[in-house]
Amino acid sequence: MDGVHDMGGMDGFGKVEAEQNEPPFHAPWEGRVLAMQRAMGYAGAWHIDHSRFAQEKLPPLSYLGSSYYQRWMLAMEKNVTERGYATPQELKAGHALTAGKNLPRKLTPDVVGAGLSRSSFYRPQQGPQKFKPGDKVRTKNIHPATHTRLPRYARDKVGVVEMCHGCHMYPDSVATDQGDNPQWLYTVVFESRELWGPDADPTLKISIDAFEPYLDPA
Amino acid sequence: MADHDHDHDHEHGSELSETQLRVRALETVLTEKGYIDPAALDAIIEAYETKVGPRNGAVVVARAWANPNFKKALLEDATKAVASMGHMSRVGDHLVAVENTPKRHNMIVCTLCSCYPWEVLGLPPVWYKSAPYRSRAVKDPRGVLNDFGIDLPKDTEVRVWDSTAETRFIVLPMRPAGTEGWSEDKLADLVTRDSMIGTGLPLDPREVK
Repeated sequence: MDGVHDMGGMDGFGKVEAEQNEPPFHAPWEGRVLAMQRAMGYAGAWHIDHSRFAQEKLPPLSYLGSSYYQRWMLAMEKNVTERGYATPQELKAGHALTAGKNLPRKLTPDVVGAGLSRSSFYRPQQGPQKFKPGDKVRTKNIHPATHTRLPRYARDKVGVVEMCHGCHMYPDSVATDQGDNPQWLYTVVFESRELWGPDADPTLKISIDAFEPYLDPA
Repeated sequence: MADHDHDHDHEHGSELSETQLRVRALETVLTEKGYIDPAALDAIIEAYETKVGPRNGAVVVARAWANPNFKKALLEDATKAVASMGHMSRVGDHLVAVENTPKRHNMIVCTLCSCYPWEVLGLPPVWYKSAPYRSRAVKDPRGVLNDFGIDLPKDTEVRVWDSTAETRFIVLPMRPAGTEGWSEDKLADLVTRDSMIGTGLPLDPREVK
């Protein structure tokens, strides 16, 4: 979706300000949110692309006005209630009013290491790989109303395939509950002028990781 | 319940206390429903506070500097090379190391959310997740580098990697001159987090002698 989360190339946000000696968390609740997210992911309650999509659907002012972990919390509330793991009444009351649903597994202290590792996103291919390194491609001019990982600044642009990363689950399908729908994944590199026009810094090259359905031969 | 360990914010009605209350409600409900175990949450938080940090990435970089065979393996398949070191938990299947050279400087960003190589660098800093970085890194990386006090030569190629899928990138910075014969341990002290994101450079060896 064409939301405010898709920030690449926007102007006006100002300087990048690094905090010296930044602590891991700025408040204890941030750690709780992160850890709950890991635990619910491990349990199989939802996928990372559901979390991303839930954040993207936040009203723009809410997205921009919330901190990173606040957005995680808001997205988690959405996924918890919309996927039926708890009701808004329960979150409001701060207590469960009925028993929970069954989940495939539960993160317990003895398996916390597994909760920290990323799972594999590789999936068996559905068809042959269409592109190889060196191929010229044009990204599609698409504007789906749902989750996609093709950023606006890189749509309808000509680039070159640099790497193939194998076949991965496809976020556009996963986020809308249409299954893994595995797709080949490539790093595609663009000249800065292709993205930003003739005045762009000529020493700059930008790459994205693009799933095969985003690409046409060029 | 871990609830009681939380700091109390006395500005009731402020955004922060509202957030704290909602996070508490979530944790209580999800725990009572049987989905999560607060003790596992404690362990995850502890791991990120004490174990999973940029030192993981720094020892990888130091080994690549010290050992040409490891460097070759790292650039060919970073997932496999890092796993072969065996000192850290699995890094997932999709790590790619990109090498800085006198001709090319690499920088990592995620414009769409804030994807970051957590296993090798730990928690991402706030600036990495911020709108200024996510918006400007792909269009004006030299300006971003200036914000970090870095001015690259005019003819250096700047390559920005937007992490739009589940591939994660780590920059292999250039080994500083004057470090011949250094141990991997000592070399790792030069490797800053930002140098592995591409918004910084390794420390000057004179700073750690």
